[in-house]
Amino acid sequence: MLELYEGALNVPEIITRWYAEEAEYNYGAYIPFIGTVREEDGIEGLSFDVYEPILSSWFDAWQSKAEALGAKLKMAHSRGDVLVHESSYIAAVFSPKRRVALETIEKFVEDFKASAPIWKYDLRNGERLYAADRSTAISGAGILGGQQ
Amino acid sequence: MVTIEFLGPIQKAPLTLEVSSLRDVAEILKQDAQMAQWLENCAVAVNDTLVTSLDTQLKDGDKVSLLPPVCGG
Repeated sequence: MLELYEGALNVPEIITRWYAEEAEYNYGAYIPFIGTVREEDGIEGLSFDVYEPILSSWFDAWQSKAEALGAKLKMAHSRGDVLVHESSYIAAVFSPKRRVALETIEKFVEDFKASAPIWKYDLRNGERLYAADRSTAISGAGILGGQQ
Repeated sequence: MVTIEFLGPIQKAPLTLEVSSLRDVAEILKQDAQMAQWLENCAVAVNDTLVTSLDTQLKDGDKVSLLPPVCGG
C-alpha cells in the first residue's frame, strides 16, 4: 500500500491504522521507519515533488519481493511542504518473524533513497531550493549526455 | 509526435518532437544550453518505464520523461 499526502504526515494516525489493518494476519513483527525533518542549516522545512506513476511501479516491484518472503510493505510520503519537526516519510514492513522484517526494512529504505522518483527542496527565506548536493542519480542515468 | 517531459527541479515546459529514437532526443536536447547540467545525471523513462539504451525506439504518442537525481524521505 502506497499513500501520498499533501503536506506533513499524521504519523500517529497512519502507524496506528496500519497496525490495526494487519492485526488479523498473524504477523509477528511490525517495523515502521519514520522520517522527520530536522532543523539544520537554518531551513524552515523541506518540500517534495513526487512522480507517482514510476513511484507506484517501483513500490509494486518491492511489494512482490516482500510477498515472496511472506512479508508486506506499506509506505506513506508527503508532497509539498513539510516543516521542521514534522514527518514526511513512513516505510513499514510486516513479517512473520523479525529477521525478514529487519533485513527488508533496511534494503527497502536504502533503495528508496537511491531510486524513488521524489525530489527534495530546502525551504529557506521563503524560497524552494533543490537539494542537489544530497540527491542521487538513478541507476542508469546519463544516457542522454553520452555517458552510455 | 513524442512528448518530452521534465520532472522535479528541471524548470522546463514539455516539448513535442518528431523523433524516432532516444538518440534523436539526445541530439536535440544537447543543443539546449539550459539542459547541459541535466543530461549527464538524468534517468530516462519511456511511457513511465525506465530505459537505459539510446537505441530505444519511439513511436507517435510516446512520452519520454527525464528524471533528475532523487532524494526522497
